[in-house]
Amino acid sequence: MYTVGLFVPCYIDQFYPQVAISSLQLLEKLGCKVVVPLNQTCCGQPMANSGFASLSKGCDANFIQNFYELDYIVCPSGSCTLHIKEHLHSEQFPDKATRIQQRIYELTEFLTDVLKLTSFKGSFPRRVGLHNSCHGQRGLHLSSMSELVAPVFSKPADLLQRINGLELVVPERSDECCGFGGTFCVFEEAVSVKMGKDRIREHEQNQVEILTGGDMSCLMHLEGILKRKKSPVRVMHIAEILNAGYE
Amino acid sequence: MSSRHAQLAEQFNADEPRTNWHDQTLWWVRQKRDRAANTLPEWEQLRQWASDIKDHTLSNLHAYLLEFEKNALANGVFVHWATDAEEHNRIIYEILQKAGVDHIVKSKSMLTEECHLNPYLQGKGIDVVDTDLGERIVQFREEAPSHIVLPAIHLKKEDVSNTFHEHLGTEKGNNDPQYLTHAARLHLREKFIQSDIAITGVNFAIAETGGIVVCTNEGNADMGAHAARVHIACMGFEKIIPKAEHLGVFTRLLARSATGQPITTYTSHFHRPAPGKEMHIVLVDNGRSRQLGREDFRNSLKCIRCAACFNTCPVYRRSGGHSYHTAVAGPIGSILNPNLDMKANADLPFASTLCGSCSNVCPVKINIHEQLWKWRQVISAEGLTAPSKKLGMQLMAWVLARPGIYRFAGKTARWVISNLPFLVKNKTWNPWFKQREMPEAPKQSFQEWYINQQRS
Repeated sequence: MYTVGLFVPCYIDQFYPQVAISSLQLLEKLGCKVVVPLNQTCCGQPMANSGFASLSKGCDANFIQNFYELDYIVCPSGSCTLHIKEHLHSEQFPDKATRIQQRIYELTEFLTDVLKLTSFKGSFPRRVGLHNSCHGQRGLHLSSMSELVAPVFSKPADLLQRINGLELVVPERSDECCGFGGTFCVFEEAVSVKMGKDRIREHEQNQVEILTGGDMSCLMHLEGILKRKKSPVRVMHIAEILNAGYE
Repeated sequence: MSSRHAQLAEQFNADEPRTNWHDQTLWWVRQKRDRAANTLPEWEQLRQWASDIKDHTLSNLHAYLLEFEKNALANGVFVHWATDAEEHNRIIYEILQKAGVDHIVKSKSMLTEECHLNPYLQGKGIDVVDTDLGERIVQFREEAPSHIVLPAIHLKKEDVSNTFHEHLGTEKGNNDPQYLTHAARLHLREKFIQSDIAITGVNFAIAETGGIVVCTNEGNADMGAHAARVHIACMGFEKIIPKAEHLGVFTRLLARSATGQPITTYTSHFHRPAPGKEMHIVLVDNGRSRQLGREDFRNSLKCIRCAACFNTCPVYRRSGGHSYHTAVAGPIGSILNPNLDMKANADLPFASTLCGSCSNVCPVKINIHEQLWKWRQVISAEGLTAPSKKLGMQLMAWVLARPGIYRFAGKTARWVISNLPFLVKNKTWNPWFKQREMPEAPKQSFQEWYINQQRS
């Protein structure tokens, strides 16, 4: 049995609790013992990506304090996972930081590479569009990238396709950024929204009912645009679909 | 409080159909690049070789530059060294003065754009004609190129027709590309014949031979250099490669990355002046030594100016080259320009979502998106970010480092969204809300839910 520390990104904790609940339930259904460190807050990415990595020391220390003892750390976000892998830093406890960096997994990565999940008991009879988030894809290599001359694969798509009844649709621009980009979404509002609208247009043309992905931050941005235009397309984090598909 | 790039990008987006057209046109170029790359099973190996050759060259630049100079001199070429843009421009003006020439032709050279050679020479009464079709179009319009390979990609054929009608007297409203290019051809032929001096850029300079290679699709560099009595080739000193045998690695990558062609239509090798003619090479530093000394950014000098990172960049495609307000736009420009003027270009590393597509298409494997991230750190350490942004970040960092305060702040934020929605649902002070709805605020956070579950 695996003991897994669940790392819940701050905005998921506050605004999308059902994503963390689904992650927790799915991991438990798959036989993991899930630990939720209750003093976790944020990985520090918002400051670091804005040029203030120097200000994320407090977040780093808090993260290390909460997670350093765990053998597996799983997070339903490619972006936050990548930030920890690339930038978690501690002058005081460099070994603890390194230990965490070697043991942290994005959720679909953990399901595929560690738990080797290959079959789902339930079903999810919906037409689903997949948004590949850049940090999960290009940073954590959760799937192949359209720019490279390399074999094609996708951990999230592979999992989704194993769910009964789920009809997966991948847009023509399979890995174009949605435009969220952290604080980019407000500091470069016009381009950010335009990028989001263009992603949505493709999924709407594909007549998807649900738009999913591994990062709720991208989906939050896309959801904001979808709701403003009163689109019938709903967003769901991949953890919610996988949990629904694994009864 | 939006940055210069953000403001210019917002203006660009005001015309949405045109933004769509710009995005789709450049995406089409990206797709052509993908198809071309996929015809070579050894593509990723080529990228690695190109990267390794450039890394090696940058680490031994001093020796290769001297070797290049020695061989070029032996070939009968005049070699000049320019520390900065001003010296580069002055050297060229002196060559012109000595030859007694007041009108010249110039093929594409992003270096001369970087050095603002055209306005400098025009200020001295010299008539400079850009002979690359796209560059000639933007020159007529008194605009800067918006793309380093496709300088007039921001313009539609109707715009070109209007410009040519005004400057070349073509028929008004005739948008036929063949008609328009024919008019440009006649106009440029005349300029080629009249010009005693031609300036070209340099794509590759080979230390071993002292020769230079110029790649174009229009043959305009060749027309200029062959018709003129004096050929001046201007190059940033990072264009050097050690040996002729290395050239093939780069020519195979360059055109495929740039436009999806197997090779540029003209790949011209210049070694020495023709009998009775003169050839000059100007080697320019202009901040490159400084960049070479910045450990995190030195490998940006590997760039071969293919613009693949422009074409793939979802931000560039939707904000246009002029929004970068520099000679070299796009992702590579955003890591090169802060070196030239950190304050004026402090906005550029933030004009990115850090999606990483640029690094993946780069034929010489520059880690562009990682350098964008690193420039952000340098820029904020230098105090070049807005004070309000810094204050916001300090507050956020303080809250997020304290679990109790984080929980309280989260609860408060959710309460405000639910109970005082007018405070956040405001298009004037909340840029998120301008074109997007706010997320719903749940009653319970995950942690609150989890603690309740544990109790029950």
